Amino acid sequence: MKLSIGAMAEPGSTRTNKTGSWRTFKPIINVEACIGCGTCSMFCPEGTICKVADKYAIDYDYCKGCGICAHECPVKAIEMVLEGE
Amino acid sequence: MQEELFAPGHRGCAGCGAAIAARLILKGSGKDVIIVSPTGCLEVVSSPYPESAWKVPWIHSLFENAAAVASGVEVALKSLGRKDEAKVIAIGGDGATIDIGIGALSGMLERGHDVTYICYDNEAYMNTGIQRSSSTPYGASTTTSPAGKVSFGENRPKKNLPAIAAAHGIPYVATASIAYPKDVIKKVKKAISIEGPKYLQIHAPCCTGWGFDGSKTIEIGRLAVETGLFPIYESTEGKVTSVKKVKRKPVEEYLKAQRRFKHLFESEGGEGELKKIQDIADANAKQFGLDL
Repeated sequence: MKLSIGAMAEPGSTRTNKTGSWRTFKPIINVEACIGCGTCSMFCPEGTICKVADKYAIDYDYCKGCGICAHECPVKAIEMVLEGE
Repeated sequence: MQEELFAPGHRGCAGCGAAIAARLILKGSGKDVIIVSPTGCLEVVSSPYPESAWKVPWIHSLFENAAAVASGVEVALKSLGRKDEAKVIAIGGDGATIDIGIGALSGMLERGHDVTYICYDNEAYMNTGIQRSSSTPYGASTTTSPAGKVSFGENRPKKNLPAIAAAHGIPYVATASIAYPKDVIKKVKKAISIEGPKYLQIHAPCCTGWGFDGSKTIEIGRLAVETGLFPIYESTEGKVTSVKKVKRKPVEEYLKAQRRFKHLFESEGGEGELKKIQDIADANAKQFGLDL
């Protein structure tokens, strides 16, 4: 990327850095159990959990696998699974 | 759905509390803001050269002068007749706010600039390697207040910056925690709607620095509030106007979950230190009427 004087950067350009590769455990949402409350989305440090229809989905390109979503889900609808299994 | 104004791909640790704080602040403020960030973890993880996670105008200052830069931005908007176009918010860590930038912050509050200064409080210098700050709580082990044979870690109490800010007689001072996201969003909205200088301190647990699993960032934040060690309140013109009441838990529940307090449970004489920390929580409960 070309930078001007004063080192200006494109807004939101950290998106070029796909942090999904950091992940050891992968959160899997059980859509049957999900009540669509949005707690996971609110607490995600990456902002990678988005509302799709009335449920939630995770963008695995950026999810670092911290597990806050699974830990805080009030109905335990998110399971952390070892990556590659 | 509201657009995400703090983009993913930033370099925050998995489970980063400061990143959650940044997201919640922007949810509260909306896009018509100019953000000033001093040096600190949030600045480092959100602006790795040549990228930026911010989707709003954002400027990095030095470690000590975010409040001065924010004051300048506010005055510039005023003199250009463009004050209606954006609110000015400074977001700094506890090191930049409570230690290094306190002079500039006091000046900003005293001169009456229309700026919201937000401190995300993770209670030490995290990105440089967990050195203690004046916001590090009593008894915490850091790399510059290490617990060992002759020390129980940090031997001074946490500096009470909300009280110092309130002593300036400013229109709004509040504390919040990322564990209560709707409260954070509400307080940011309220702060930017008030004319004049505002100070908001948001407790943001740090899994790397405090020593707990990244999945427990919110749980730890909640325990800090539930034990009375981080009281949540609002104050106007120096008077407390609202307090989050809790069914208080013993401080051990909060402390035992973190590596930085591990020595208190393992070293001889640790019990006395735990008692001192419980006394701090009890004093907070008494001062603010925290108990339900």
